[in-house]
Amino acid sequence: MSRNGFEAIIVGGGIVGAACALELARSGVRPLVIETGEIGGGATAAGMGHLVVMDDSDAQFALTRYSMQLWDELIPELSSDCEPLPSGTLWVAADEEEMDEVRRKQSFYAARAVHVEVLDERQLREAEPGLRAGLVGGLLVPGDGVVYSPCVARWLLERAVELGAEVREGVEVAGLAADGARLHNGSTISAGIVINAAGCRAPELTPGIPIQKRKGHLAITDRYPGYVNHQLIELGYLKSAHSVSADSVAFNAQPRLTGQILIGSSRQFGVDDPAVEQRMLRWMLARAIEYLPGLGSLSVLRTWTGFRPATPDNLPLIGRVTGQQTEGGAVWVAAGHEGLGITTSLGSAMLLVDQILGRPSAIPVEPYLPSRSIAQHIAHYGEDHHG
Amino acid sequence: MAEVILLKVDGEEVRVSEGSVVAAAIALAGAVRFRRSVGGTPRGPLCGMGICFECRVTIDGDPHARSCQILCRQGMEVRTDG
Ligand SMILES: Cc1cc2nc3c(=O)[nH]c(=O)nc-3n(C[C@H](O)[C@H](O)[C@H](O)COP(=O)(O)OP(=O)(O)OC[C@H]3O[C@@H](n4cnc5c(N)ncnc54)[C@H](O)[C@@H]3O)c2cc1C
Ligand code: FES
Repeated sequence: MSRNGFEAIIVGGGIVGAACALELARSGVRPLVIETGEIGGGATAAGMGHLVVMDDSDAQFALTRYSMQLWDELIPELSSDCEPLPSGTLWVAADEEEMDEVRRKQSFYAARAVHVEVLDERQLREAEPGLRAGLVGGLLVPGDGVVYSPCVARWLLERAVELGAEVREGVEVAGLAADGARLHNGSTISAGIVINAAGCRAPELTPGIPIQKRKGHLAITDRYPGYVNHQLIELGYLKSAHSVSADSVAFNAQPRLTGQILIGSSRQFGVDDPAVEQRMLRWMLARAIEYLPGLGSLSVLRTWTGFRPATPDNLPLIGRVTGQQTEGGAVWVAAGHEGLGITTSLGSAMLLVDQILGRPSAIPVEPYLPSRSIAQHIAHYGEDHHG
Repeated sequence: MAEVILLKVDGEEVRVSEGSVVAAAIALAGAVRFRRSVGGTPRGPLCGMGICFECRVTIDGDPHARSCQILCRQGMEVRTDG
């Protein structure tokens, strides 16, 4: 243990840093979490909080599936302000081609013991009466759900503090020094273990790691309980012919425990300005209304944007960064979770702490190691539209 | 003399004269709690001019209607969250 009593420093109090702090504290390592803004105030506050098993790649499936098992254990313990809702996900197919995708997904999930149900046109209408007529079916994934992420981040840190962790809010880390972290005011805090969980800003502290900001727009309605029952996502983005680096939107509607409806999603690269863009918002809402025609007459209370920390292969960076050493230790990274970081925060924290403590992991860690070879080219940034 | 309008507030019949806003009919019906906030606290009209949204009720099945801005019509069904 170092002079000031901390064995680990975690930069970033988003959901990923918070989950790492709790897992370290549970494992007997006392962490200090340093957050420049508010706990959970970064991407964690901006996003949708959809907990979802994804099938874009085997590695993404493994991490989301493992994380969902950890969520199933955590959810009964969460405080009510975390608003856990077992909504399930309903992937909506608009035509026969998308129905083929439903069947492909069904066999993928079924082969991996994830319970799913294929809905035909009538069953889809029964499940979601607000959807327009003429949609051909869907895939229901009942185990998926929704949480209110900033409150979860805070809850995780409160548990960590009970186990000896400390949190400093409103303190900016200026650099990862040889012996720990250098703060904005010039002072340093030493610890053998330094974890960069700074989300989109992680490359500022660990230069060269491939994380880019990917902007998203969101809108939330007033309370209309029962208007949407599941997290609804279109399968149509699969064949939309955007070039990979261009802007895109997809229909994504989420029921909240309050009865509000959270509407996504848009994706843009190369935009640094967080301002709501009327062009993107209009496009996104028009897409949502194509699926839920009645949405146009509901009142929207608030619109905002957020930035997803995206990597070229859509997988997070979890592990040691080679070439960035501290005195007697190393710099670790847990960042780059793109549009799935709420879901994958819990699994990521386990995989990181497993590596730090030399424990065996529940799933292979190799696909997420920062040292893996990732094509740096922007063309590889994926187009999936889950969150 | 103004025509009398007959409407229902939470199932109870209320008579108002033509030109009355729904908020007035609700007040006549004796209700003070028009809606509830997310946290469950009761709310009622504050500004009376369409700005504060505190007077919202369900009118003929249409949720979140501002009762201070809408005129009573014959046969209207109003529901509060009281
Ligand atoms: C529009 C949108 C929709 C989304 N929908 C979903 C969804 O439905 N499901 C899902 O699973 N995921 C979703 N996500 C993704 C998810 O929100 C993110 O992947 C996740 O929040 C990342 O968490 P994080 O802790 O890595 O980053 P952040 O929450 O951004 O946390 C990083 C923290 O580090 C702090 N920090 C940065 N630099 C410093 C420094 N130098 N010193 C001190 N502190 C620093 C920041 O202030 C910030 O609080 C969505 C994201 C967006 C933007
Ligand atoms: S009382 Fe303020 S909007 Fe009706």
